[in-house]
Amino acid sequence: MTETITEHKTVFDVKDMNLWYGNTQALKNLNLEIPENQVTAIIGPSGCGKSTFIKTLNLMITRVPGVHMSGDILFNSQNILKDRIDLVNLRKQIGMIFQKGNPFPQSVYDNVAYGPRIHGVKKKKQLDEIVESSLKDVALWDEVKDRLNSSALGLSGGQQQRLCIARTIATKPRVVLMDEPTSALDPVSTLRIEQLISELKNQYTIVIVTHNMQQAARISDQTAFFLHGEIIESTDTGSLFSVPVDRRTEDYISGRFG
Amino acid sequence: MALSARDRLIKSKKNNSYGELRGKILVTLCALIMITATISVTVFLTTKGLQSFLVNSVSPIEFLTSTNWNPLGDNPGYGAFPFIFGSLAVTFLSALIAAPIGIGGAIFMSEIAPSWGKKVLQPVIELLVGIPSVVYGFIGLTVLVPFIREYSSGTGFSILAGTIVLSIMILPTITTIATDAMGSLPNSLREGSLALGATRWQTIKKVLIPAALPSLLTAVVLGMARAFGEALAVQMVIGNVRALPSSLLDPSATLTTIITLNMGHTTYGSIENNTLWSMGLILLIISFVFILIVRYLSSRRKI
Repeated sequence: MTETITEHKTVFDVKDMNLWYGNTQALKNLNLEIPENQVTAIIGPSGCGKSTFIKTLNLMITRVPGVHMSGDILFNSQNILKDRIDLVNLRKQIGMIFQKGNPFPQSVYDNVAYGPRIHGVKKKKQLDEIVESSLKDVALWDEVKDRLNSSALGLSGGQQQRLCIARTIATKPRVVLMDEPTSALDPVSTLRIEQLISELKNQYTIVIVTHNMQQAARISDQTAFFLHGEIIESTDTGSLFSVPVDRRTEDYISGRFG
Repeated sequence: MALSARDRLIKSKKNNSYGELRGKILVTLCALIMITATISVTVFLTTKGLQSFLVNSVSPIEFLTSTNWNPLGDNPGYGAFPFIFGSLAVTFLSALIAAPIGIGGAIFMSEIAPSWGKKVLQPVIELLVGIPSVVYGFIGLTVLVPFIREYSSGTGFSILAGTIVLSIMILPTITTIATDAMGSLPNSLREGSLALGATRWQTIKKVLIPAALPSLLTAVVLGMARAFGEALAVQMVIGNVRALPSSLLDPSATLTTIITLNMGHTTYGSIENNTLWSMGLILLIISFVFILIVRYLSSRRKI
């Protein structure tokens, strides 16, 4: 049961982490290791802190006024909560996919090339290669190769979300955070994104927040169950769903609440 | 007995039908008054504006291109080109100054310091709007004109003075609309860019400004329309001469200043009076062009 976790290098090591919005504590004493090249799913009912948690991993949470944190989050053995870290460099290594596809109102090409460009890639040929390989990785290349220069807003919702994944992996991150990436998509598009996640985990570490327990069971290697800002249980996905240790986990996954 | 859904709908319609009708008539009336007023002004201005060409046989070509404005001379000339040029010059120059400052202020308010930036800048802008144009002109006359006279060979009355006064007057228009444009951009754009490791400035420059561009241009064009129509403040500082200016420091005149200065001492129906109406018509036509540009830009809005 612990083998699957320990044989992978740890990318994130969260230790005794607390987070407050003003005076309200949103995350309580979290401890979680996130293994490399695995899919870690975060599940739990609405308002349990799962979105807040994933946004602390790339420090997007610091954009919210009044947030303060304690504890440690080690990323590559660097404490991102304590050390003076370079946000640009951190977020270049930790990409993020949001609930709803958020392509920029620019061409498909410029969307994917945005990350590499701001990180200093200037050569047209090199950009072309990055755009093509990123779009191929998300299986979007065949659908958009003839309209790379038309607006990304003309794509369907599912295509937009895959474009955003392509835009993220174009910066060659180590980790891809996904905050309910399929909650706004139809079942077919959802299935394609799930397939994509399974393929991407060979190259990237993936952390996915989902309110869909079947999704977590289908695609993740490790699952953490959040409730009221605490991690109730975290273990490999198979065990969590078949033999949950905690009563509250069992209640949640069997649909008794949430 | 329970009423069926259809009965309930009909019943509720009956109960409210009087109020519905009254409201509908009231707002339709308002709309009709607005439409009638606009059409009347347009028709009146068009017929009056065309009279100098149709009745007094002033050549439209001469009117639009000649620089000789001398309606009372023995050999009268009706060239309004210097005034058309003056109007367009102060409009574009003031936009050139006010657009970067206004858009910059808008970005400061929406992106850099949303909380206290709005608290400080918003009242400042409202104050600027509230100052009457005669006060702007008076300040320009008292401070700006002597200042320019000090540092140039001329009288101080100049295109430059008019431009500066106008750019301050249109600043609130541009800033307010540009702030709304930036504020209406979805937060997901900012998050998407920042999550890719972009800095705040890269996000503003490469994502937010391009996304808001049509609305930002609309802000500038509306500011220009305001500058183009302003008469009083400009008249007080621009010098009001007939000659075509050759530099920024030369005095000049605009269509609006010539109309306000001359309408009092020309008799209704005289050639000079009619040419003033023609200038009014030109003002209307150019304002209409501004509106067309704004409509075109809004149709290209991306978000």
